[in-house]
Amino acid sequence: MFEQSISALAQHLRNKDISSIELTRLFLDRIQEIDPQLNSFITVSDELALQQAKAADTQIAAGNGGPLTGIPIAHKDLFCTQGTLTTCGSKMLYNFIPPYESTVTKQLQAAGAVMLGKTNMDEFAMGSSNENSFYGAVKNPWDCNTVPGGSSGGSAAAVAAGLAVAATGTDTGGSIRQPASFCGITGLKPTYGRVSRFGMIAYASSLDQGGPMAKSAEDCAHLMQAMAGFDEKDSTSADIPTDDYLANINAPLTGLTIGLPKEYFGEGLDSDVAATIMSAVKEFEALGATVKDISLPNLALSIPAYYVIAPSEASSNLSRFDGVRFGHRCDAPRDLLDMYTRSRAEGFGTEVQKRIMVGTYALSEGYYDAYYLKAQKIRRLIKEDFVNALNEVDVIMGPVAPTTAFELGSKTSDPVAMYLEDIYTLSVNLAGVPAMSVPAGFVNTMPVGLQIMGNYFCEAKLLNIAHQYQQRTDWHLKTPTMAKGVSA
Amino acid sequence: MSIDKQDVQKIAHLARLALTEDDAEQYQHSLSSVLSLVEQMQSVNTDGVEPLSNPLEMTQRLRDDVVTEDNQRDAFLANAPQTEAGLFLVPQVIE
Repeated sequence: MFEQSISALAQHLRNKDISSIELTRLFLDRIQEIDPQLNSFITVSDELALQQAKAADTQIAAGNGGPLTGIPIAHKDLFCTQGTLTTCGSKMLYNFIPPYESTVTKQLQAAGAVMLGKTNMDEFAMGSSNENSFYGAVKNPWDCNTVPGGSSGGSAAAVAAGLAVAATGTDTGGSIRQPASFCGITGLKPTYGRVSRFGMIAYASSLDQGGPMAKSAEDCAHLMQAMAGFDEKDSTSADIPTDDYLANINAPLTGLTIGLPKEYFGEGLDSDVAATIMSAVKEFEALGATVKDISLPNLALSIPAYYVIAPSEASSNLSRFDGVRFGHRCDAPRDLLDMYTRSRAEGFGTEVQKRIMVGTYALSEGYYDAYYLKAQKIRRLIKEDFVNALNEVDVIMGPVAPTTAFELGSKTSDPVAMYLEDIYTLSVNLAGVPAMSVPAGFVNTMPVGLQIMGNYFCEAKLLNIAHQYQQRTDWHLKTPTMAKGVSA
Repeated sequence: MSIDKQDVQKIAHLARLALTEDDAEQYQHSLSSVLSLVEQMQSVNTDGVEPLSNPLEMTQRLRDDVVTEDNQRDAFLANAPQTEAGLFLVPQVIE
């Protein structure tokens, strides 16, 4: 049952083959049994989940409800959930119970989804490996010696191991796509502004974007139906009507033009990963697509631009954690300054402190023009690369990451090596376009994700493309051995 | 680009982070390597390029100046480390 799609589970719930309470219990039992090996959850909200499941069963019995009614999902611990601990993976928020609900979780709740709990993540979403969580590293269910990817690694591991049907994630520089790739699931980073950021604890506000993580593109489409849309509470939310993300999911791909950027297949890319991506591209050709070589010439500049813009915005966003209104406060502060500085030094982990300091430096007097303004100019060049490329082709394809999941601890001592892991994902956030990771094969038993990038607000098209591929392939249906626990 | 320990302490002060000597030394290395990485930008000619701050090039949308939320003082105070008489309590600021 745990391996089934949202559509199949919704049918079982409507047919009364299983109740939402039974389904929710099944997932809660699986979390209890399997998660000690993975550490993918920070909080499991059993009682609330069973209450929500009961309400869903009542709704289904009355003949109401939609495809998400009674479906157990998990939320990245960065979405504020009213009355449920929300830590953002940080000691700073170890005791924070939000007094309000994020728009994303509210919309999914309104669609009838059951919340199993909150998933582990890199502290304040800063990281590419989920090793920066105050609650400990998450393990990749395909090989517990490797990382699940970051920062939505808890969500990715939980879905891959069948501990939740689907999960929410957020993507500032690749944090939905890279863990989806490493864990062999499907993840969509929507266009900037397509999904509300209200109630998401902010890292870098001009880059952050919430999105769905699930086994298949079709399941992601079900989540997008509830998540996407204009929100008055988010002043950067796009006031553009949403698509029906399922309506054209079966449309044929005849005539589709795929661009392959040469910069995505150069030095640094593992040759087996490259071969896997190229064999996925061949499948699309068999589906009627044509392939064209293109260029995104400023790709390499996305790393320095990102590592100025994101920390700069983070240094501003994280100034609210001062020990006054919520979160950690140091013991016996001498004065106000002592309280701020010690509370923040004790509450934030080293990666967060480092990024706050990089941002503070980049925004400080005398350095602003050379760093922040320069990075914003480069950001425009990167956006123009995408705009130019997408005038020539419908979508761009390439790898999500240069390698498969790497070993835990193998890159923690070299921050620059870790940052280079994000080379294929960062530029998408700087440009603000949507992109997906779709399971496309394995290298030495570890999953590889194909990245599909598209034009602004073309999420429905991306989901259609990914779904057609998933109708021909079964990579997204593979399950790690550890997921086949006793309560399967 | 490398920075010294004094620079790190100065940045930490601006960022309101209390660093020990050991912390400062550790951050000196990691900050220097990140700043060297971002130095790559300086080789690119960006003359005449307009900075981009919002990927959709939108400007901030403003709402009407009317009250839209109820007063939730108790709910917001519930997470505070220390409160008194409906207020956030902090160390004494004025003698």
